[in-house]
Amino acid sequence: MKPAWFDYYAPRSLDEALRILADAGPNGRVLAGGQSLMPMLNCRLLNPAILVDINRLEVLNSLDVTKDGLTVGALVRHADLLHDDRVRHGWPLLFEATKQVAHPAIRNRGTVCGSVAHNDPAAEHPSVLVTLDGTVVIASAAGRRELPAEQFFTGILSTALQPGEMVVALRYPPQPAGTGTGFVEFARRLGDFAMAGAAATLTLRDGVCEHARLTVVGMGEGPFRARAAENMLAARRLGADDRNEAFAEAAEKVRAAVEPADDVHASASYRRHLAGVMTQRALETALARAGAH
Amino acid sequence: MPREQNIRLNVNGRVYERTVPVRLSLADFLRDHLHLTGTHLGCEHGVCGACTISMNGRSARSCLTLAVQADGAEIVTIEGLRAADGSRHPLQQAFLENFGLQCGYCTPGMLITAIELLRENPQPSEQDVREALSGNICRCTGYQAIVDSVLAVARDTQGSKKREIV
Ligand SMILES: Cc1cc2nc3c(=O)[nH]c(=O)nc-3n(C[C@H](O)[C@H](O)[C@H](O)COP(=O)(O)OP(=O)(O)OC[C@H]3O[C@@H](n4cnc5c(N)ncnc54)[C@H](O)[C@@H]3O)c2cc1C
Ligand code: FES
Ligand code: FES
Repeated sequence: MKPAWFDYYAPRSLDEALRILADAGPNGRVLAGGQSLMPMLNCRLLNPAILVDINRLEVLNSLDVTKDGLTVGALVRHADLLHDDRVRHGWPLLFEATKQVAHPAIRNRGTVCGSVAHNDPAAEHPSVLVTLDGTVVIASAAGRRELPAEQFFTGILSTALQPGEMVVALRYPPQPAGTGTGFVEFARRLGDFAMAGAAATLTLRDGVCEHARLTVVGMGEGPFRARAAENMLAARRLGADDRNEAFAEAAEKVRAAVEPADDVHASASYRRHLAGVMTQRALETALARAGAH
Repeated sequence: MPREQNIRLNVNGRVYERTVPVRLSLADFLRDHLHLTGTHLGCEHGVCGACTISMNGRSARSCLTLAVQADGAEIVTIEGLRAADGSRHPLQQAFLENFGLQCGYCTPGMLITAIELLRENPQPSEQDVREALSGNICRCTGYQAIVDSVLAVARDTQGSKKREIV
C-alpha cells in the first residue's frame, strides 16, 4: 500500500507546470486533490514517472461568477462550492450534486476539475457538467482550447485530454428563467459512489416543457445523456394530470437505452431498474422547482 | 530529480524540519518520523477515515496526502487536542462519558472530523452528525454511542458552560 517512486514537481506558476507537463508527455500526471490519484498510486494501479502537483498554483483557485456564468478553477475543492451562496442559488443542480460527493475530508481536498478529468462512471460532476451544457477549459504549453462537456468524456476513466494538457477550469452557463433542476442518486451508504443517479433540468412555459435535459450516472461509460427521453419530453404538457404519465414514459426510455454491466455492487438489471426510478425522481424534483418560479 | 526534499511544518504547535522521500505519505511521516502514532492507518486508500488529521484548519486524509505537500502547513493530530494544562478536549471527555469508543482505532479520525463539524455547525441534528461521520468506519460501537457523544458536546456548548470547541 505504498506508491512506487516518482519524480515530484510542485511548480509555482502555470507556465512552469505546463512546461513540465509538455516535457513529461505520457509519463506525466497532474496531482490535484489526490483523492482518486493517491489511492491508485498507493494500490499501485498506476505508476506515473512524473507527478506535477498543482496545489501551489493559487491562480487556479478561483470561483468566478459573471453574466456569462460560473467558472470553476482547477484548485476549487468540492467543499468550496458548498460554502458559496452564489453557487447554491445560481447553480442548484451543481450544489446538490456536490453535497453527495464522498465525505467531508474528501470534499475538503478533492477538486471539481479533478473529478471531471478522472471521469469515474459513478461520479457526480461529469454528469452535472453535461446536463448543464458546460465547457472544459484545457491548457498546454502550446495554448488553450475549450471543449463542450459532451465531447470531453470519451469512456470509462477516459477523456479527450492529450499528454501535456491539463484542465484549468470548467464553465457553467447561467440557468435560464423558468428552469428547475433535480439531482438524485442511490447508494447503499451515505457518501458512497452512486449505484445509479440522475440529473435533470426542465424549462417550463405555461405548463409546457420547453426544454428538458437528462443525464444518468453510474451506467458504465461515464455520463449517459438520455436523448430519447429528452426529445419525448420536449413540448409535452406537464400539468397535474399528465406529468406522471410523461415521467413514467421517460423512465421507460431510459431503462431501454442504458447498458449497465454486472459488478460487485449491483447486477445490471438492478442498475437498469434504479436508472428508471432515479430518472422519475429527478424529473419530479425539477418540475416542482420549475413551477416555483 | 532528487527523491528527497526538505520540509518544514507545524504539527500541534511545534515546528519540525525534516528531509523526507517524496513518495512518503503524511500519515507515515507523522507515525514513523515524528513518532506521533495516534494517527491510525486502516486502509491507506481514503475509505476508512482512521488517518484523518486537520491540515490548515480543514480535515484531510493523511494517507492520501504526501508529506512534501504539507511543507509550510499547520497540522493538528489527535495528540494536539489536549489543552496546555493536559486536560482532555471536551469531545474527548464526551467520548469517554458516553462510551464513544471501544478499541479506539477509529477514534482519532472520528474526533478530528467531529470537531470540524461542530466548528461549522455548532448545533447539528443527529442526521447532520451521521452525514459528517459517514466517511469514518467504526467496527466496534455501532456508531450510536459516537453520535451521542458528539450531540452531548453540542448540547453542552449551547448551555451555560460554553466550552471552546477548537
Ligand atoms: C472514500 C472516497 C469516496 C469517494 N466518493 C466519491 C463520490 O461519491 N463521488 C465522486 O464523484 N467522487 C468520489 N470520490 C473521488 C473524489 O471526488 C475525488 O476528489 C475526485 O474524483 C478527483 O479529484 P482530485 O482533485 O482529488 O483529483 P486527483 O486524485 O488529484 O486526480 C484524479 C485524476 O485526474 C487527473 N487530474 C486531476 N486534476 C486535473 C487537472 N486539473 N487537469 C488534468 N488532469 C487532472 C489526475 O492526473 C488523475 O488522473 C471519493 C474518493 C474517496 C477516497
Ligand atoms: S487509512 Fe486513510 S482513510 Fe483509511
Ligand atoms: S472503537 Fe473500535 S473501530 Fe471504532
